[in-house]
Amino acid sequence: MAGYLIGFLVLAAGLAALTSMQRARRSRDAAADKAHSRPIYHGLNAAIWTGVPAFVFLIVWLMGQNSIINSLVLASFPGADALSGAEKSLLISEIRQVAAGNIFKEPTPEILAAVDHLKSLQSIAVWMMVAVVAAAASIGAFFGYRVIESRFRARHSVERSVTWFMMFSSLVAILTTGGIVASLLYEALQFFARVPVTEFLFGLRWEPQIALRPDQVAGLGAFGMVPVLFGTFAISALAMAVSVPVGILSAVYLTEYAGERFRAVVKPLLEILAGIPTVVYGFFAVLTVAPIVRSLGLSLGLEAAPNSALAAGGVMGVMLIPFISSLSDDAFAAVPRAMRDGSYALGATKGETIRKVLLPAALPGIVGGVLLALSRAVGETMIVVMAAGLIARMTVNPFEAVTTVTVQIVTLLIGDSEFDNPKTLAAFALGLVLFLITLGLNLIALRTVRKYREKY
Amino acid sequence: MNMLTDAAVEQKLHSTSNEAAIKMRGKDVTVHYNGKQALFGVNLDVPEQQVTALIGPSGCGKSTFLRSLNRMNDTIEGCRVGGEITLDGDDVYDPRIDVVELRARVGMVFQKPNPFPKSIYENVAYGPRIHGIARNKSELDQIVESSLEKAALWSEVKDRLNEPGTGLSGGQQQRLCIARAIAVSPEVILMDEPCSALDPIATAKVEELIDELRENYTIVIVTHSMQQAARVSQRTAMFHLGYLVEEGATDKMFTNPDDKRTQDYITGRFG
Ligand SMILES: Nc1ncnc2c1ncn2[C@@H]1O[C@H](COP(=O)(O)OP(=O)(O)OP(=O)(O)O)[C@@H](O)[C@H]1O
Ligand SMILES: [Mg+2]
Repeated sequence: MAGYLIGFLVLAAGLAALTSMQRARRSRDAAADKAHSRPIYHGLNAAIWTGVPAFVFLIVWLMGQNSIINSLVLASFPGADALSGAEKSLLISEIRQVAAGNIFKEPTPEILAAVDHLKSLQSIAVWMMVAVVAAAASIGAFFGYRVIESRFRARHSVERSVTWFMMFSSLVAILTTGGIVASLLYEALQFFARVPVTEFLFGLRWEPQIALRPDQVAGLGAFGMVPVLFGTFAISALAMAVSVPVGILSAVYLTEYAGERFRAVVKPLLEILAGIPTVVYGFFAVLTVAPIVRSLGLSLGLEAAPNSALAAGGVMGVMLIPFISSLSDDAFAAVPRAMRDGSYALGATKGETIRKVLLPAALPGIVGGVLLALSRAVGETMIVVMAAGLIARMTVNPFEAVTTVTVQIVTLLIGDSEFDNPKTLAAFALGLVLFLITLGLNLIALRTVRKYREKY
Repeated sequence: MNMLTDAAVEQKLHSTSNEAAIKMRGKDVTVHYNGKQALFGVNLDVPEQQVTALIGPSGCGKSTFLRSLNRMNDTIEGCRVGGEITLDGDDVYDPRIDVVELRARVGMVFQKPNPFPKSIYENVAYGPRIHGIARNKSELDQIVESSLEKAALWSEVKDRLNEPGTGLSGGQQQRLCIARAIAVSPEVILMDEPCSALDPIATAKVEELIDELRENYTIVIVTHSMQQAARVSQRTAMFHLGYLVEEGATDKMFTNPDDKRTQDYITGRFG
């Protein structure tokens, strides 16, 4: 029904626009002085007045309708007052299931009566909705049409509406982010009500599985995130060790040495590398890289797990190469040609020019790119879920398995434990930590990149 | 706006009448950019310890010729140089010539001042460092100071050598670039419209500087200002549409040119 209504609103707005444009043209031709706005603006204005308020009504109505109907149905259900909140929602969902025709067991007469009530309420609601929306559209159209006269500043009015719309769009992203952060904070606080913050931040043992039993929740120090964070940074460090040198050197080669033809082939290839889904990198890490790394570790006489930090970090590094290379590429390209010419004209070789002029000049941009890549490495999930381990361990041997914050979040949330269990809530606390780390990295990175942009 | 004093005129006459040695020589120089010809058989001699001015309307190939003298054209993709250019009789496009060494001997100053985003000191020390000219820190200090001195910038920057070169005024930056070029002790200095971004006072300073530098260096300067060419140069070469129209002693070029195009250009009748 709502779909039809929206279609109707679009039609109505279009109609209002057309008639208003006609009227605007007439009034323009009739008026002695110059019209303020072109007819198209009068039309747009009328369309906005017709469509937008009615549309907002419709959305609000749709959001409120169900809960109002639910409470009306419950209010007339015999004995519903005595039920608890959870029982009420069970009851309502049963009534709705029956109304939708999904009958699992023979419904009681009370429920059948409630179903009838629900259905009648729903049909009333639909017609009321149609009436209200139609009324809103008509009133809007009426006023939108009536204000038209040659001096009416329809252009400003439209401009203002568009501004509002843009502001609303930008708010959507901000509000969503705010909501995510708020829910993260809320759940994390719940967690910290059960496990002390200091223990979480500084504890050296991470064994969330034991904490399933209530007598072991806190006290045991099973929720110390240090080893998990260690794993994240170990893998990120390995990834950066691969991606930073390779990425920067490839950028240097591409911008300074490679011929036109080589660049034309390799740059798109790098972009493709950037477009490979991380799941695929994950496969690659588990099936191809991990066994090789393991046999290498064993042949070195080190302890080597089937899943190793090195395999996950190495593949993650490969994933980040195009990222760093393209950002460094931009940084090099932004160094003015005059800098290079100045250096060459003094008899500097290409290598000297790159080392002494290009690199220092492009450094802030490169650092920004590296920090952005680091923030991605810290937050990367799929590769480590597939290729890193599950057991939190602090080891300097890269052939052993470590776990990361993201892996732990995933494993904590998979499974059937309740939502007020510290094990589940720990995921939110970890998420909050991760969020803060990546936020910090991004802020620093963006600042350095911006500073560098102002330089030339 | 004739800034030439009688003494200067006399000195100039004296120096041009002196038959000077040829420092650089272009023979049938042609340049193509991506197959499009920009220079057509240019024959031009650059006499030692004199200032040679290249003039001509925009796009006629002055910068192109200048850049081919120290092979800066090598850095432009699709640029091909033909003919012969010699420095002290040696072909600079000979494969055995080390282009790095060539550019150390034939320095260049660009139209827009382009100091590196480094300190004033580091800007001047850049060339000596990469060529290993100074044996120790105090020698390097010495080179930096004398180069800035020669570029008439020392007194203005001696207390702020560690500040970034990009923080100087446009005229100071250009003199810094000249100091930077001098620091590697080149034999020839090429200048591509070195004063076009400068105000009259800074221009006067740079011109004065060029006149002084002539004692030790051979200078080729591209300029759009006829007065400047007349003031600083001993020889002038007029380019048009990729051809060298005529060249000769500056005094003669400006008083009694052979070619009608030179006359028209100098008197401002075409651009
Ligand atoms: N990098 C380049 N790529 C392609 N063509 C070029 C390039 N540089 C110069 N040209 C062409 O070569 C011709 C000569 O250019 P050049 O820069 O030497 O002129 P110019 O005399 O220095 O002009 P101006 O006085 O404006 O600096 C022009 O037609 C120009 O379009
Ligand atoms: Mg030029």
